[in-house]
Amino acid sequence: MKKFMFLNRKAPHGTIYALESLEVVLIAATFDQDCSLVFMDDGVYQLAKGQNTKAIGSKNFSPTYRALEDYDIEKLYVERESLQARGLTEDDLMVPVAVLSAAELGELMAAQDVVLSF
Amino acid sequence: MLHIVNKSPHQSPSLASCLRAARDGHALLLTEDAVYAATAADAAGCGLQAAARRLKVYVLQPDLEARGMVARRIEGVEPVDYAGFVDLVAQHATNQIWL
Repeated sequence: MKKFMFLNRKAPHGTIYALESLEVVLIAATFDQDCSLVFMDDGVYQLAKGQNTKAIGSKNFSPTYRALEDYDIEKLYVERESLQARGLTEDDLMVPVAVLSAAELGELMAAQDVVLSF
Repeated sequence: MLHIVNKSPHQSPSLASCLRAARDGHALLLTEDAVYAATAADAAGCGLQAAARRLKVYVLQPDLEARGMVARRIEGVEPVDYAGFVDLVAQHATNQIWL
C-alpha cells in the first residue's frame, strides 16, 4: 500500500479538475491505497454545502464527497488560511474535515509516496 | 458597455484587470467561477464591493446555485438568469469578455 495525497486547488464546476480528482480518488480507493484529500485555495469551495447544478446542466458530483467514507476515505484536510480568506468555516462544509495550517500541510505532503495535483 | 468575467478572483487577474479598465456606469456580469467575487467574504478583498458603487454589477444566478453561494451574494449585485444574460449582451453596443 502506498500513501497518496490528492491536492485540490480549483473551484468546482468552472473546470473539470474537481470531478477528475474525485474519479482518481475512487480508483485509488478501489485498490485499497492510503488516500488523503487536501483542499486548498479555491479547492475549499468544492466542499461548500448547498451546491445545485440543475440550472447549469452539468453533473452535480458534490454528494460524492459525503460518500467517500463508504470507500474508507476518511482523511480529508482543509487548509485554514484558504478557508478563512473565503469567509468559510467548517460548518459551511458538507463533510467533516481536519483543518490544518499550510506548514502542517507541508509536513503531511512530505510524508506521502505520491502527490497528485488537481 | 458590458464587461463579462468568468474566472475566480483568486485564480486569475482577469477581474482585477477588468476593474482597472471599466469606467463608471459600465455594466459587469460575473459568470462561472467569477461568481465567488460577488460573495460576502470575497467581495471586499477583490474590489468588487467598491466597484459595485460605480458599476452596474450582475451575477449569473445558475452559477451561484451550482456553487452553493446563493445566500452569500452581497447587496448591490443583481442576479440574472440566462435570458437576462442575453438581454444584457443585446442592450450593450460593446461587449468585452475578460477570459
